Amino acid sequence: MQMQFSYEVKDTYAEVKSVGRLNMVAAPKLREVVNEVVAGGSNRVVVNLAETNFMDSSGLGALIGCLKAARQAGGDLRIAAVQPQVKMVLELTNMDRVLTAYPSAEEAFGDD
Amino acid sequence: MTRFWTRLLVVLTVILGVNYVAWRWYASLNWDAWWIAVPLVIAETYSLIDVMLFGLTVWNLKIRKPPPTAPADATVDVFITTYNEPLDLVLTTALAAKDISWPHSTWILDDGNRPEMRELADTHGIGYVTRGADWTPDMPRHAKAGNLNNALMVTSGEYLLILDADQIPEPDILDKTLGYFNDDRVALVQTPQYFINVPADDPLGSQAPLFYGPIQQGKDGWNAAFFCGSNAILRREALMQLGLVGYVKATEKSVRRALSASKQAIKKARRSEEARNPLVEQMLNEVEAATTAAQQELDARVSLSEITYRVRRKVDDAVRTLVAADFSALQSDLEEIAAMELAHVGEGGVTTVATDAVDRMSGRDWSPLGALESVHAVLEAISVERTDEAQPIMPLATISVTEDMATAMRIHGLGWKSVYHHEILANGLAPEDLKTMLTQRLRWAQGTMQVLLRENPLVQRRLSWGQRLMYFSTMWTYLSGFAAVVYFAAPIIYLTLGILPVSSLSWDFFIRFIPFMVVNQLLFVVAGHGIPTWRGQQYSLALFPTWIKACTTAARNVWFGRPLGFAVTPKARQSGGPSWSLIRPQITVAVLLAVAMVVGIARLLTGLSEPLGTLVNVAWVAFDLVVLSVLVKAVLYKGFVPEDVGPKRPEERNADAV
Repeated sequence: MQMQFSYEVKDTYAEVKSVGRLNMVAAPKLREVVNEVVAGGSNRVVVNLAETNFMDSSGLGALIGCLKAARQAGGDLRIAAVQPQVKMVLELTNMDRVLTAYPSAEEAFGDD
Repeated sequence: MTRFWTRLLVVLTVILGVNYVAWRWYASLNWDAWWIAVPLVIAETYSLIDVMLFGLTVWNLKIRKPPPTAPADATVDVFITTYNEPLDLVLTTALAAKDISWPHSTWILDDGNRPEMRELADTHGIGYVTRGADWTPDMPRHAKAGNLNNALMVTSGEYLLILDADQIPEPDILDKTLGYFNDDRVALVQTPQYFINVPADDPLGSQAPLFYGPIQQGKDGWNAAFFCGSNAILRREALMQLGLVGYVKATEKSVRRALSASKQAIKKARRSEEARNPLVEQMLNEVEAATTAAQQELDARVSLSEITYRVRRKVDDAVRTLVAADFSALQSDLEEIAAMELAHVGEGGVTTVATDAVDRMSGRDWSPLGALESVHAVLEAISVERTDEAQPIMPLATISVTEDMATAMRIHGLGWKSVYHHEILANGLAPEDLKTMLTQRLRWAQGTMQVLLRENPLVQRRLSWGQRLMYFSTMWTYLSGFAAVVYFAAPIIYLTLGILPVSSLSWDFFIRFIPFMVVNQLLFVVAGHGIPTWRGQQYSLALFPTWIKACTTAARNVWFGRPLGFAVTPKARQSGGPSWSLIRPQITVAVLLAVAMVVGIARLLTGLSEPLGTLVNVAWVAFDLVVLSVLVKAVLYKGFVPEDVGPKRPEERNADAV
């Protein structure tokens, strides 16, 4: 089976790729991966959702948990390349008020 | 057919009730004795509204057919919530939960964090959850709601069956209820709470057959079946959605508040001693500029994570620059000193120390900003981490000690559906002594009033009018304590002083009052399928001090932030003899009623009062005394003896009614 989450530490940020369904089953795993990345010293994290075709509220909840972890480590967590269903969920829960969806992982930390 | 008769009686009750109460307001008030006449007519109006809300509830009574079968891959977490209940009681429930036939994971949510409990859970292969590291002592714990919210973050089942520690589930509880979720808008299925340790005469009024019957079925008809905290199945997605929506709302509010607070704090800080330092002054300018920019971005709907990130960056950068500037001055001084006096200390040594020190001094606690406590505190609050809560996502509502009602109302507000499944699928334990029972009732009433005062259902735009009134109806019943006081006072006043709140007790009064009372009672009989409702009626009057205390403490709590004096309901019987002191106000009232009756009869015999007025009021006093007599039984109750046969379970009652 394919690994659902993988990460790569780049120059100015770490990119976490999420593939497939980011739902209540996957949510705790995402938290684990991001905690690992942050603990490894990368506090600027981009979650690349280009290949995430489905997300539920638990998935979003996990993103908030990860955002908190990154912020508490002095960094930030951003999301990039959201697909239509994910965009819909963001709007349905008003989460678009909190998270900016950046067009691509490269652009997520483009401004600083 | 019952539906027809119920509705007919509702219509008649409303017509006759309005006819009576309107006449009372317009034509019968004894203005000479307004101080009792007006309270009495208000109390009667209160009762009429109460009956009308009950009528509205049973108007839409919904008798459900068994649901379809759920998809075989539906995943369920069974949560058993505990705080301080005896270990064997929790384990009994947990083992029964483990035996539920539908595939599931069982978890003990131990808010008492007891190592023995964990050990027992491990031994029996049951999951054990206790508060995580985020729940530091300075965070609000939110009792059961907090316990459940914590567990939601570490489990992943699609559905959650919530059980109190003493609610032993039937093995088929999930087989019989999960199918409702095939409708993907259903978020909640509530089943009755039924108690097995209650004798047939139910001295403490523990069973709530009217509530877990026509009332919940009626609410169900309006898509407003309540979540009652236990014996219910919830859809995780709905709860998480609630948590997210709540998080966004709370975060936006707190950022907005923190930004304005920041301006205030800066203004204040400028007047302080430290602000004379040019370094501090410059920093305050930077912080103010960042705050202003953030406010503009907020109005331009820039996302909260961006806004807060930028504020933090700007402030941190400013602090760093200024501290570094300060340090480079210091460092050059040090280097000069070193060059002059201590040639053997290398340049490198000094530099290393300085770099490290800049980092440390730039940290929030050490920077010059740290000295300006107030500014520092508000800057901390400009964040999306919800620093005032242990976890950002809090799905179960924390605005009330009865998290269940508040949560259900919000779930309905998001457009989800709820189901009341009228079949006992768990057997629980009720309090076995008056003190525990009173604590429990007080808590329910307080929680309900907190919801009313914090999120009045009548103004929740996303609820349908039926839903608003169903929530309001339950809250309304808890105001009965004030009406009860008037109902006790009015006959006492007539019998002792001869003052009648009604202008005359004539044909006009009886012809309006009696038909209303008769249809009203008939409505309860028909809508309740003959369920014994007398015990409930007694307690709704007899516990008037509890209801009043709930209203006043909840109001003080919501409006002035005073504590409720909240206590967890103990599951074990409290020891000790009969505790008459618990019902001192009721004893006082009973004595006054009895004295009034004697005085009233004496006044009649001496010709000071009329026969008709005396008769009506003596009957009224007798009724009040019979109502209060339930408490004698309650105080003397020594706990459950298993030989007693409890009242029939609802499905048996239903079978009788068919």
